[in-house]
Amino acid sequence: MSQPFRLNKEGLINRNKKISFTFNGKKLFGYEGDTIASALIANGIHLVGRSFKYHRPRGFFGAGVEEPNAKLQVEFNGHSEPNVNATEMELVEGLSATSQNCWPSVNFDVGAINNFLKMFFPAGFYYKTFMWPKSFWYKIYEPFIRKAAGLGVASIEKDKERYEHKFEYCDLLVTGSGPSGLASAYAAAKNGAKVILAEDKPRFGGTLLTDDVSIDNLSGKDWAEKIITELKSMPNVTVKNRSQVFGYYDHNMLVMFERVSDHLEKKSKFTPRQRLWYIRAKETILSTGSIERPIVFGNNDTPGIFLSAAAKEYMKVYGVLVGKKPLIFTNNDSAYETALEFKKNNVEPIILDTREEHSSELIDEAKSKGIDIRFSHGVIVANGYKKVKSAKIGKLNKDKNSFEKIETVDCDCICVSGFWTPSVHLASQSGNKLKYEEKIDAFIPDKKKQHETSVGAANGSFTLEESLKHGFENGSNLSAKITETKTEISIPNVNEKKYGAHDKFWCMPLPKNENPKRFVDFQNDVSVSDIEIALREGYRSIEHVKRYTTLGMATDQGRTSNLNGLQLVSNIENKIVPEVGHTTFRPPFTPITIGTIVGREVGMEYMPTRKTPMHEWHEKNNAVFVDAGAWKRPRYYKEGNETLFEASKREAKNVRENVGICDVTTLGKIDIKGPDAAEFLNRVYTNAWMKLPIGKARYGLMLREDGIVMDDGTTTRISENHYHMTTTTAQAANVLSHLEYYLQIVWPELNVNVVSTTEQWAGAAIAGPKSRDMLSKLYPDLDVSNEALPFMGYKEAEFFGVPSRIFRISFSGELAYEINVKSDHGMFMWEKMMEVGKEFGNQPYGTEALSTLRIEMGHVAGPELDGRTIPSDVSLNGLVSKKKDFIGKNSLGREAFNVESRQKIVGLIPIDRKSSIPEGSHIVKDQNAKLPNPKLGHVSSSCWSVENNNPFSLAIMKDGKNMIGKKFFAVSPLKNKSIEVEVISSHYVDPEGKRVRS
Amino acid sequence: MLYIKCPYCGLRAQKEFSYGGDATVKRPNINEEVSSKDWDNFVYMRKSPRGKHIELWQHIAGCRQWIKVQRDTATHEIFQTAKVTEEIR
Repeated sequence: MSQPFRLNKEGLINRNKKISFTFNGKKLFGYEGDTIASALIANGIHLVGRSFKYHRPRGFFGAGVEEPNAKLQVEFNGHSEPNVNATEMELVEGLSATSQNCWPSVNFDVGAINNFLKMFFPAGFYYKTFMWPKSFWYKIYEPFIRKAAGLGVASIEKDKERYEHKFEYCDLLVTGSGPSGLASAYAAAKNGAKVILAEDKPRFGGTLLTDDVSIDNLSGKDWAEKIITELKSMPNVTVKNRSQVFGYYDHNMLVMFERVSDHLEKKSKFTPRQRLWYIRAKETILSTGSIERPIVFGNNDTPGIFLSAAAKEYMKVYGVLVGKKPLIFTNNDSAYETALEFKKNNVEPIILDTREEHSSELIDEAKSKGIDIRFSHGVIVANGYKKVKSAKIGKLNKDKNSFEKIETVDCDCICVSGFWTPSVHLASQSGNKLKYEEKIDAFIPDKKKQHETSVGAANGSFTLEESLKHGFENGSNLSAKITETKTEISIPNVNEKKYGAHDKFWCMPLPKNENPKRFVDFQNDVSVSDIEIALREGYRSIEHVKRYTTLGMATDQGRTSNLNGLQLVSNIENKIVPEVGHTTFRPPFTPITIGTIVGREVGMEYMPTRKTPMHEWHEKNNAVFVDAGAWKRPRYYKEGNETLFEASKREAKNVRENVGICDVTTLGKIDIKGPDAAEFLNRVYTNAWMKLPIGKARYGLMLREDGIVMDDGTTTRISENHYHMTTTTAQAANVLSHLEYYLQIVWPELNVNVVSTTEQWAGAAIAGPKSRDMLSKLYPDLDVSNEALPFMGYKEAEFFGVPSRIFRISFSGELAYEINVKSDHGMFMWEKMMEVGKEFGNQPYGTEALSTLRIEMGHVAGPELDGRTIPSDVSLNGLVSKKKDFIGKNSLGREAFNVESRQKIVGLIPIDRKSSIPEGSHIVKDQNAKLPNPKLGHVSSSCWSVENNNPFSLAIMKDGKNMIGKKFFAVSPLKNKSIEVEVISSHYVDPEGKRVRS
Repeated sequence: MLYIKCPYCGLRAQKEFSYGGDATVKRPNINEEVSSKDWDNFVYMRKSPRGKHIELWQHIAGCRQWIKVQRDTATHEIFQTAKVTEEIR
């Protein structure tokens, strides 16, 4: 056996299965059931990291979530993770752990020079030093600080693991499987409630695994096992280990982080690594237990110094000794159990008890076992740099502030206990204002804010009897309210040792002329003197002291430091702790991985993908897609080695000369029905709708109540009380909500119904001078002449046996039609069009060509209707009725909307007729003017005009209507371009709109 | 995440809803004269109370109905929900 600190038989680890791992390159082994911490301690390794600010050597301090020091970079199961808590991470075969925040190594760390320069690193050092000059901050100071304060290194590899989210509902969620949690879950389960019991450790039972107690003549551990076995067999109970409930949100929503397979060597491809549970609980039992707090003394961060309960846990759960010459430093009885456990394993401890000589059940037992107990004693300072070697201890005078005697004793570990702090984090997160309980010098939950009930140690009850009773009662009563069933349970007989009163003593005084560092917060290196400085400098609010000193702001959330910090502030300020108050607890209680938060929403699953019924055809025909919201739209169809620019030019030119088809399925479509439909449209749109005949379409403009253009599109009257509205792709959802708002809330008297039909119809636009010829081939039996189907006309007809709708509307400015068929027939329609269109030179065109066509026609779209423009800004004031009222009309009278120099849409062409103008360019008078150069407008859309074979842009320009013919510069600092441009009309091609009517 | 009782569908998670602002604002009647001041109040002026607030939510991923929710803006407690045609007192 090569593990010098492993006991021969104690512990709950599986000694039949050895697990090999490395630490800082050294090959070691542990057993199944070990954590990295227990395996390292078994191997006699205590120095695991360097501290954040001073780079002081640090070792293990706790045995679970309370650990402030032992954060390691861990590589396992093929990935590398920083800041892993060594006291929580279970050992897996092949795991490799390395120390963080040290260079070149944990044994020799250059940064440790900070420890000798500590007088230069007081609280607020960074705030005071790195202030001036401003430009130094991001160039010099910040990179330096980041390097110096390095925690672990995040992997830049793609995370190949699977993470999942799960939504669950239950009657009772129990957070923690200690005695009170088990009792609560058991009682509720017996009442038939749907129960979830969550335990963050791999083993159920909490303190029952380590305390020397018996319940109904079973050991605590055996009783816990019995209850868990029974709970697992009940169909209404879910029992989860390795699961930390880390957040308590509104309306009793709790979030739990489950480590599903990090402890497994092999797993199936579909086993998630971790899982996030959203649990909506009707009632919650917070049985989160308590965390031991230390007593503050000199060099109390030296490796080899442990919380006393952690030392006991290492012995009882892992069969590991934290040292062979222990000093136990305590102000209460609980540490005597640790001493007795050492004694049982043939290790001779010395107990230093700050209390005066007295007697209690545990003290008497320790005395009877011959343990060396020294009352009125405490550790003044620990000696040793990388490991405790000895301690200077003192006998305290009655005032507890001076010493009767000081001596040095040899030791290899110090186990410290400053009494217990209830874990009230979840209660606090739920909105519960905490109250200070004098009896235990700590905060406990006060009045309920949500449906949470704290039981056991989390509620300040530190005896097993009380915890069990409290657990059974609350579990039973809370669940009975829900299930209306009450099963009587007899509360078991408990045998436990009675504790005497603890000593309200939390910080060891220093003898004169000695000034070792006394740490309050280990993880952030906050010492007693740092807090003193903060107070001396005038910080009073505990929230300010926290931020100035960073007390309790590390990833351990100050679990072992908060109360000592508060005590210190209250002592200096001569206030009582409840007056000082406490800082706010926020989720997550323990750090969780980003992967878990993201869950399955990565890659293709990041958001839904909407595909049109013709998508496959586009794919097969070399379409390059662009995202339009969730939709995939063909941007262009690539032929040979064409670029985007070449392809879109070819496609647009073909529409202008022959005919092209475009998939317009993505346009929003809303079915509007009801006798008041016309009246409704009349209120929603700025133009008149009362007289639109059946079988006719009309272009409409929609405003928000503040007068800004919201959307545009055509609406067609299908029959007497039936209209078909189209919206832009981007605004489809907003427009539907907008219509529903007015129908349900503002004008409920209107008898109208609206429903989205976007996905019910597949749409294709046929555009170009030859589109009518093509249409007549598609509908051989239909009269499609200009007289029978004029501009803005509508017809229903069979498309090769399939019902279809034909709209004569145009976005390209060419003679054009839009055909809609039911989605299922979309592909059939498209393929037929491609086949029939051949003889007319038909080609499909994508969104890039579509943009080119609309831009050179001066048709506005999203870039112009950008939430800042009113109808006259985009030359659509012709559509604004002066006679009737509509949504947003009153706002159009606003003074700012009617000034002479109001912005307006214009066209721009480069003077050289060659340079394309970047979208987003600013329009300025003098390109060389001193900054900030006054901006006269911006370029909203740009294209290469296929009609005129030169670049053309649309712009929104101040006083636009008086700018025609003037010359300016379009400046794009992003593209580093400045182009001289001339302002022209926004209607560059066919300004009279002859083609659409041809 | 809030738990909102849709009067049509029952208790549903917040992510099914979208927020729609103060429910006590009344739009001036259509086709009626309105003073600039009243119009400005309707379009722009909103109170931002701490405490009870009656607001509109739309059950967009459900029945698509707009509903009224009386909520405490500080604690997020929901006291009452109702159809838009019903009064909350």
